[in-house]
Amino acid sequence: MMKEQYLLNARIIDPKNDIDEIGGLIIDQHGLIKASGKKVKDQNIPSNAEKIDLKKHIIMPGLVDMKVFVGEPGYEYKENFRTLSDAALSGGITSAVLMPNTHPVIDNVSMVDFLKRRGRDKCKINIFPTASLTKNTNGVEMTEFGLLMKKGIIAFTDGVRTVQNPQVMARIMNYANQSKSLVIQHAEDEYLSEGGLINEGEISTRLGLKGIPYLAEKIIVERDLSFLEEYQCRYHISEISSKKTLSVIEKAKKEGKIFTAGVSINNLTLNEKDIGDFRTFLKLSPPLRTENDRLSLVEGVNNGSIDTIVSDHKPEDEESKRLTFSQAATGATGLETLLPLALELYHNKNIKLNKLLAALTSNPAKILNINKGNLNKGSDADLCILDINKPFIVKKSTLKSKSKNTPIEDRKLKGKVLKTYIKGKLMYESN
Amino acid sequence: MAIIKKLKAVKINQKHLLGIQDLTFPEVNKILSEAKTFIKLNRSSSKKSDELRGKTQINLFFEPSTRTQSSFELAGKRLGADVMSMNIVNSAIKKGETLIDTAMTLNAMHPDIIVIRHSDSGAPNLLAQKVNCSVINAGDGRREHPTQALLDALTIINRKGKITGLKIAICGDILHSRVARSNIYLMNMLGAKINVVAPKTLLPHSIEKLGVKVFNDMKKGLDKCDIVMMLRLQNERMHGSFLPSPREYYEYFGLTQDKLLSAKKDALIMHPGPMNRGVEIDTNLADDINRSVIREQVELGVAVRMACLKIFCKKI
Repeated sequence: MMKEQYLLNARIIDPKNDIDEIGGLIIDQHGLIKASGKKVKDQNIPSNAEKIDLKKHIIMPGLVDMKVFVGEPGYEYKENFRTLSDAALSGGITSAVLMPNTHPVIDNVSMVDFLKRRGRDKCKINIFPTASLTKNTNGVEMTEFGLLMKKGIIAFTDGVRTVQNPQVMARIMNYANQSKSLVIQHAEDEYLSEGGLINEGEISTRLGLKGIPYLAEKIIVERDLSFLEEYQCRYHISEISSKKTLSVIEKAKKEGKIFTAGVSINNLTLNEKDIGDFRTFLKLSPPLRTENDRLSLVEGVNNGSIDTIVSDHKPEDEESKRLTFSQAATGATGLETLLPLALELYHNKNIKLNKLLAALTSNPAKILNINKGNLNKGSDADLCILDINKPFIVKKSTLKSKSKNTPIEDRKLKGKVLKTYIKGKLMYESN
Repeated sequence: MAIIKKLKAVKINQKHLLGIQDLTFPEVNKILSEAKTFIKLNRSSSKKSDELRGKTQINLFFEPSTRTQSSFELAGKRLGADVMSMNIVNSAIKKGETLIDTAMTLNAMHPDIIVIRHSDSGAPNLLAQKVNCSVINAGDGRREHPTQALLDALTIINRKGKITGLKIAICGDILHSRVARSNIYLMNMLGAKINVVAPKTLLPHSIEKLGVKVFNDMKKGLDKCDIVMMLRLQNERMHGSFLPSPREYYEYFGLTQDKLLSAKKDALIMHPGPMNRGVEIDTNLADDINRSVIREQVELGVAVRMACLKIFCKKI
């Protein structure tokens, strides 16, 4: 058992309970939150408890990142559980939802057992592996939703792929309704996006790269929302990238359809112009789109049409990126920079702080139906201590992820994670 | 050529020729006026100069090419350079070597200039970041083919005396064409008015933002044009998803006597080759010595490439 810890003189932000006040937080001997808020003061503290003065810095729930790729099994050279944990902890992320696009794909019960064992032995953060919707993400046969959920799978997604066949998708949603499974869809019509590399538009024409039309995304969202009328299941759109898709979502939500949607931090903070002279680190899926798209997505987070912000952390080794643009691997790392990059939107007065942090903590936890991302009494003390104004420059050399494919090298950001706690234990402290 | 001569003193600052987009107006004029001097040399009986004696030129063609590759090879040889053309079919690239590794290997042999053609847009840019020598783009994906546009410009200037104020129609598969893109940038820079004429399925997104007028009707697109530039339609795009059939394409977008009537009487016909006779161009028009300058394009291509090799090789 650990000592009771009193984190004092802090700004407590708990988006779930709409709390933003000066106060403290008590971690009990089991690593659970005993109390938090303005009532917790430097008074009547037991002599055997540990006292920590946080000097007005922020205590918030650790982040819940709904889209993270780890290299285990199959791509350990890109990222393993240890490097993933170190990267996540330094970014204040305490829970990560893992994509099933490993080698082999997480599509059966024995793979889940393997992941849980590896996670238990090597991982320092909470991991929530997803299983694929279809076997080997081929989009043909659905996986064993029921049995996989019994093993602790909390969501199903084909990760980087989309179920193309409408009949298969309809059956998946119908079955998921009965098994109460959460379906997460990466929305991309693979016929429309075939061979596509970046957003379709003037820049793709100038660079001579085949474009990915926004329609490839919109048409899948429209299709799935139509199915949702018939087959009401727990449905989440993994990430959207365009204004047009956002309008579809806003309209459907207004009509009362129940579903949620996410966005990658990359699409909120970068646009297609950042690709410049064929920078392969900005080859992403969904692709970066126009500034107009980016601004509408920011507004989508602000008005609540978009529920979650994800890092879309996809580690790729140097060799996979040192190629021509069309040959290079897709994806960027993002765990360590998710929070500071998101805070850029707060510092620029684009998104209100509570909305922003809710999209990184309580909203994903609610969608996943897990007791994370809050400072409730009795919850695990998974905490992020943040100096919201501390400036720093993103440098590849200081990143902890095994792969260094950050899309924002040299970007000046404000907001640094000082400490990260998992179940009341200090797991990371910035130097 | 009057305008060009005046600007002869211009220096080119960049080391590589990756695309027309990177060139300035004076730089283009410098290349064209240099090329003009080589036309005469190429027509003389002794075609050899020693401008690049002692220099090594490597031709790195990842895509099959007859005219561009032989044109660059001849250009280098006429300037006295040692020219090596890599045979990709038998090379390590077929064994899975990456472009950067190939580049580093070749770089170790101290070439002065590498001429590259690659099916991926941006491949020459990547190469240029990794080698010490000059890189000349001989066509990358659908992005740029700068020497083709320069030779087209030289051909037009040779025949019409100028480009400013001319109306140029670029017709055919604009979507997949690097020749179209480079020509749009270059002819715009040189003051021409550009129409692109193509079926909607073969037009790139937002092409009008590159400064062209878009037509889907040949007769309207060719109206009062001085230059009609035809593009090659790749075999694999003739059937099915881009177009219904080659004969339907010929009916609406093939260059025929009838459609050519809406262009100016002295309009010139150009084609970067290789041609599909009877698909994008009527075979008699292609051979009409009064209208077609297709063979002249090939001839001046060597002169333009000599100019580029000379100018960019000396930048090291």
